[in-house]
Formats: sequence, C-alpha cells, structure tokens
Amino acid sequence: MSEISIQLENLSFKAQQLSDQASQLAVAAVESSGGHSDFIIFGITVLVLSCFVGYYVVWSVTPALHSPLMGVTNAISSVIIVGALLAAGPIDSTISKYFGLAAVGLAAVNIFGGFVVTNRMLSMFKKKS
Amino acid sequence: MSNLTSVAYLVSSVLFILSLRGLSHPTTARRGNFYGIVGMAIAIITTVSNPGVLSYKEIAIAFVIGGLIGSVIAVRIQMTALPQLVAAFHSLVGLAAVFVAASAFYNPSAFNIGTVGNIPLGSLIEMAIGTAIGAVTFTGSIIAFGKLQGFVSGNPLVFKGQHLLNLILGLGIIALIAKFCIDQNPEYFWMIVAASFLIGVLLIVPIGGADMPVIVSMLNSYSGWAAAGIGFTLSNNLLIITGALVGSSGAILSYIMCKGMNRSFLNVLLGGFGGEQAASEGGAKDDRVAKQGNAADAAFMMKNSKTIIIVPGYGMAVAQAQHALREMGDLLKASGAEVRYAIHPVAGRMPGHMNVLLAEANVPYDEVLELDEINRDFSETDVAFVIGANDVTNPAAKTDKTSAIYGMPILDVENAGQVFFVKRGMASGYAGVQNELFFRDNTLMLFGDAKKVCEDIIKGLEN
Repeated sequence: MSEISIQLENLSFKAQQLSDQASQLAVAAVESSGGHSDFIIFGITVLVLSCFVGYYVVWSVTPALHSPLMGVTNAISSVIIVGALLAAGPIDSTISKYFGLAAVGLAAVNIFGGFVVTNRMLSMFKKKS
Repeated sequence: MSNLTSVAYLVSSVLFILSLRGLSHPTTARRGNFYGIVGMAIAIITTVSNPGVLSYKEIAIAFVIGGLIGSVIAVRIQMTALPQLVAAFHSLVGLAAVFVAASAFYNPSAFNIGTVGNIPLGSLIEMAIGTAIGAVTFTGSIIAFGKLQGFVSGNPLVFKGQHLLNLILGLGIIALIAKFCIDQNPEYFWMIVAASFLIGVLLIVPIGGADMPVIVSMLNSYSGWAAAGIGFTLSNNLLIITGALVGSSGAILSYIMCKGMNRSFLNVLLGGFGGEQAASEGGAKDDRVAKQGNAADAAFMMKNSKTIIIVPGYGMAVAQAQHALREMGDLLKASGAEVRYAIHPVAGRMPGHMNVLLAEANVPYDEVLELDEINRDFSETDVAFVIGANDVTNPAAKTDKTSAIYGMPILDVENAGQVFFVKRGMASGYAGVQNELFFRDNTLMLFGDAKKVCEDIIKGLEN
C-alpha cells in the first residue's frame, strides 16, 4: 500500500512539474511569438487604413440605398462570430465555452437576418420599365 | 495563425469591401450583397477548420437556431418596421461582443493570450474597451428599439444632472478598466459590463423619436468599433478591417443625418430636442385658419397638372400609405402628368427609409430623387403633394433666424404652383415649429389618414 501511495505522490509531483512547465512555455510562447505588443501597432495600422477605405467606399454609396447599407453593415459586423467560434471551440464544458456558444447564436441571428432583410430590400429596387 | 488562414481572412475582408462598394448603384447592389454572404461564409468555414475548434455539434446547433430565428424575422418583418429591426440587430452584435470578451477573459489560452490571471496588459485593455463598447451598444440599441417600436415613449426623457451623471459613470468605467487591468479580477469585469449597460440606457433616453436615424446610425457605428476591439484581442485583421468599415459607415450616416437637420452631432447626443411638449406649445399659439380641401378637389386639380412632385415623410410610413400613393401616381401618369418623388435626407426613421418603402410599392428608383437633384425643379412644378412630412418643407428654416430649424436644408415646395399637405391635423412637426406654408394662398390642407386620403383621391381620379 505504502508503495502505491509513494508512487502516486511521485506521479502527482511529476504532473505538477509538467503543468508548471506547460504554463511557462505558454507565457514564453506568447512573449516570443512576439507577440501581442507587436500586433497592436500592426493592428492600428490596419485599422487606420481600413477607416480610409471605409470612408471612400461609404461616400460612394447612393443615398437611395442607405437603408440596405445599414442592413449589410449590420450583417458583416457579425464577423465577430470568428471570435465566438474560437471561444466555443474547445471540447470541455467551461463557462467560457457557453459564452462562446451564446455569442455564436446571437451572431448567427444577425448574419442571416441582416443578409436576408438586405436582399429583400434590394430585390424591390426596380428601374422604370 | 497559418498563412492559409490569413489569406482566407484577407479574401473575406476584400469581399466585404466589395459588398459595400456594390451599393453605389441599385444595379450592382444585389451582387454586392452576394459578395458579403460569400465573405462571411469564407470567414466562418476558415475559423471552424481551426484546430482549436472541435465542438462541431454544439456550434452547429447554436448556429442553426440563430440562423433560423434571424431568417424568419427578416422574411416576416414589415418594411415600415425596418428601423426598429436594425436597432434590435445592433443590440445582438453588442451582446455578442460582450460574450466573446467574457469568454476570452475566462479562457485566454483559446485565444493565445496567456493564461487565467496572466493575461498581457495590452489584451486586457482591448478586452475591457471591446466589452464596454459592446455593452453600451447592447442597451443603447434596446432603448432605441423601444422608442421606435413604441414600447418606450418617443419623447425625450430629461432630468436634472443627467449629463453630470453620465460623466461620472464614464469616468467610473475608465477607473474600473484601470483596476481590472491591474488585478484581473472577474468582479471588475462584470462591473465594467454593468456600468456600460447603464450608460447605454442613459445616453439614449434623452433623445427624441425623430432623432433616432442619427442614433441608429451611431449604434451601427459602435457595433463596428466593438468588432474591431475584439479583433485586437484576437490579433485578427479581418475583424479589425470589417469593424472599421462598419464603424466608418455608421459615422458617415450619422454625419449625413445631422447635416440634413443642420444640427451638430453633440446637439443630437445631448438630447432633449423636440417631442410632444414642444410640439403642442408651438401649435397652440396660432389662430390663423388654413384652407382645407377635400380629396375630390385635389383629384381634379392634379388631373389637370403636367408636373407633380410627391414629398413623402414619416407620416406615410406610419399610415402604410406607400401602395395607395403609388397607385395614385400611376393614375396621374396615365392622365399625362410627370410624377416624381423628392426625398429629404432625414425623412423617415432611418437613412434611406422612404426609398425602401417606395421601392416596396414598386415605384421605379429613377423616379425617386434626392434633395439636391430635384430642389430647383419645384418652381417649374404645378403641384407639390406633401404626404406625412412637415418640418422638411418649412421655409422658416431659411428665413427665421430664431427658429429651431434655422439653417436646415429644406425641400422648396413653396415654389410649386399648388401645394397639398396630407396631415392628420394642424399639429406642428417634430421640431415644434409652426409651418408658415399651411396658411399660404396656394396651399390646400387635406386632413385625414394618409392612406385614406390617397384612396379617396384615387376614387376621384377614376371618376
């Protein structure tokens, strides 16, 4: 019996060590991949340039189609589903996963609702026959 | 993130840009919407093939349930209820952003941002800001929805110390974010969410119903910035690009709406403008008598006109009069008149609302013109038929410097040979300003429900 308990203790010690190493590696990976802090500058670059693209593209939208524009932008802002899917991805049942699944559902309402209602609006616009 | 994934996300970003680009003309717009759908499909498929995503079954269930609900609502919704539908949809994006941020906070390793209690500072700040914007979008959109749907009174709700309270709450959120970044305590996370929920409500309650186009656009913009914020947390360019597109689109629409009313964005945000109180005060002072006509007179006069411009406003949407109006227009065209429609930038309760309603009633889009395109033509027009609009035709905007609407661009219906106003009563418009035009010699008031009046005119034209 005592042998088994010693073995168990050893095992749990090793497991502890492994998990410590893993978490250290994770932190190291974050730091060496460079990188979140590097991404911020890169991300801001992308953000600013995209704002310019958005500015010119949106001004070229004809005022008659401003309602469909809101429909489309509403639908594509649900691209946040990318984050929701990653959150909902893991197999285990954690609170984090359920938040993710809820977000997937909400974003799906928006994606389908937004594109369908926009399509409905656009299909009504007809030229003089 | 593998290169293939990055490239797929890039393709989907480009498709989103093209989908907005397509809206520059009605002929290319449907293709644009299709690009948007393809872009979204690529984004979803790419993400689901990520090795970290394994719970396919649960995801599929959530996705299908959400998709069904969204589709059913979108297919059934009446076109007059579009503004509240869009507001409701925005609230969902906001809530989804809060959920994604919460999920990232509780399980950071799924997003490659460290471990619980060990999240890098940058990610914490992004997470907190994304959460706050998402939460404001959520409750703000719900209040906007309530006001548009009539669940909440459309009157501005103002109380003493309102702006001070908002300021304190805003500073409080910043303090909470700082505290949250220091000790990563979940309590602070939820306090940020709660305070942002509260400020979302407080920001929108003082704003009157007719200012909702600005607010709906603004919330549209917020939902984009929330997505961009989450994009920073995930180090994902697709979310940042799309968020920026949506954010700038909403901001530009708010700007256009504000300009259409000659008010600053800040003036709209501070609220307290318009509402029933202001309207009744403005209306009661005047004891002049406006000339009242009936549908038969209007039918007779329009039948003998060569050129007619119809000016629709929110009243047409409320009465669901667009189909009857189009029928009236068709009969007039058949009797040889040229019939066109003039749309003011702030007509209705969302940008482009009137255009969609007229399109729904099968009015060809090339007969529907914007203010700049048609305003000069009123002086050569026999009849201006104003249906459910008021403030946007009020000449006081040009002449009376003391007027609440001074400086607002208006449709010059006063220059037409004859003006008809279809209204339910003599009450003044949203701005609470009496309309001088009602008392002019060449104006005839047609009192009644917009749809009923159109139907009566149709009868008159058929006889």
